[in-house]
Amino acid sequence: MNDSKFIQIQGVEQAFKTPKGRFVALQGIDLTVAKGEFVALIGHSGCGKSTLLNLIAGLTRPTQGTLLCANREIAGPGPDRAMVFQNHSLLPWLTCFENIYLGVERVFGRTEKKPQLQQRTDDALALVGLTHATHKRPGEISGGMKQRVGIARALAMEPKVLLMDEPFGALDALTRAKLQDELLAIVQKTQSTVVMVTHDVDEAVLLSDKIVMMTNGPAATIGEVLSVKLPCPRNRVELAEDRHYVMYRKAVIDFLYTRQGHVEKAA
Amino acid sequence: MVSAVFHSPLEQARADVAASRSTTAAPIPTSPRSGSMLRGVLNYTVLKVLPPLAGLALLVLLWQITSIKTAGSIPTPAETWVQALQIFSDPFYRNGPNDQGIGWNVLASLQRVAVGFGLAALVGIPAGFAIGRFAFLGRMFNPLISLLRPVSPLAWLPIGLLVFKGANPAAIWTIFICSIWPMVINTAVGVQRVPSDYMNVAKVLNLSEWKILTKILFPAVLPYMLTGVRLAVSTAWLVIVAAEMLTGGVGVGFWVWDEWNNLNVKNIVIAIFVIGIVGLVLEFALIKLATAFTFEEVKS
Repeated sequence: MNDSKFIQIQGVEQAFKTPKGRFVALQGIDLTVAKGEFVALIGHSGCGKSTLLNLIAGLTRPTQGTLLCANREIAGPGPDRAMVFQNHSLLPWLTCFENIYLGVERVFGRTEKKPQLQQRTDDALALVGLTHATHKRPGEISGGMKQRVGIARALAMEPKVLLMDEPFGALDALTRAKLQDELLAIVQKTQSTVVMVTHDVDEAVLLSDKIVMMTNGPAATIGEVLSVKLPCPRNRVELAEDRHYVMYRKAVIDFLYTRQGHVEKAA
Repeated sequence: MVSAVFHSPLEQARADVAASRSTTAAPIPTSPRSGSMLRGVLNYTVLKVLPPLAGLALLVLLWQITSIKTAGSIPTPAETWVQALQIFSDPFYRNGPNDQGIGWNVLASLQRVAVGFGLAALVGIPAGFAIGRFAFLGRMFNPLISLLRPVSPLAWLPIGLLVFKGANPAAIWTIFICSIWPMVINTAVGVQRVPSDYMNVAKVLNLSEWKILTKILFPAVLPYMLTGVRLAVSTAWLVIVAAEMLTGGVGVGFWVWDEWNNLNVKNIVIAIFVIGIVGLVLEFALIKLATAFTFEEVKS
């Protein structure tokens, strides 16, 4: 297996049937993601970032082109590509433990016994620092904690790829920063491959190895790919004045607001 | 629905009182705490206890006026009260099949409702799940449901009498028919309204159909299902009285009709109150049950 071409997206087009006719959301998408790489998809809302992520997740199928993960065609959703949803999507009638256990059981239930499965669940909760909330229901914990459970649920399945759809979008700025730092540390530890949708420039530069900037829809495509070569581990306070960091940040802002900013979405 | 309409004016009034209390408290700084406490008790009495009592008083007043205007063919509240005390002093007597205490009659009706409703739940809830989950079944059964649902359940009584050859099973059959629709429809709607996020979780985790049913569909649909159960039980309780009037035997409906044949209007009025109170208790219990199983939804 070629580690530099872990996820391959070739000539992908995604169109939807609408009452007004065919709507092309994505067109001519070509992208490769290396193993262990952290890729951010950034663009204005409605540009099809989430559509692309759903394609990688296998929740939807492209109208044209192919998507490969580890040299296998992505034919549907699978536990090798775990997803963290924007609104956490925890099941409110299950405790944090049970929410994570559901995924763990599905992936490892055939090969491992119950104590091992429980251990995996406990480990995942410990990884996101939520051991104390093991037996709480999602309704009893804060938004940031819910999102951490969502991440733990995804990580506990030991996915080949971690897909994140604006995972911190619904959180306040302080909680978001804290979770970004935690995510950085976790990804460093687990060496996960991550594809993350975001609309936050700082988040993209701070977290990623590669920023994929998308043009405005309809028929959105990849406008530019920026490699972020900042040393790891990254520290947000030190980076704030780092020359390269500022440069990368400027490049993304320039793309988003100067080159893509004036195109208003046709209603 | 009804409870929401009843509650909101009270909540509003309480908020108003709280607001007015904070503004009026300022000019009398010397008044000790007991003063405001007294006012609190007063407010509570005025807002919480008085209105229901006033409503009840209005009912009794209208009843009394009707009684006077009809020259006593409708008994007065006082007469009915005396009669009620007598009836409830011995609710469980048996003098042959057509003369039994009010307790037996209520229990007989409740038993029919329970059996008819139980059978309807056994059929209706799984049917609702299937219709909601599989679009084909939905399209197949929706026209049938739309056609049959508006039919008064009593119209099915003759069919029941013919098929089951007995008054009691026919009454149960009528209850079955009237209580199955709300359960089928609410369960199906509940299944269709399971947030797509939950179904996406199911897809991403690649859960089996059994896990989807037990861990996602069933808990998500439960509140809808319990609404269906509540509607079914209240409809069943409405219908059983009418059905028993036609089938006879033991039961509140039969009892009302029997007392009408005896021209014993006091007992009819008592029966109306008994039916109302039993219905109220059933409704209250089911609302309590429903709130215990309602979880916070994912905000999208």
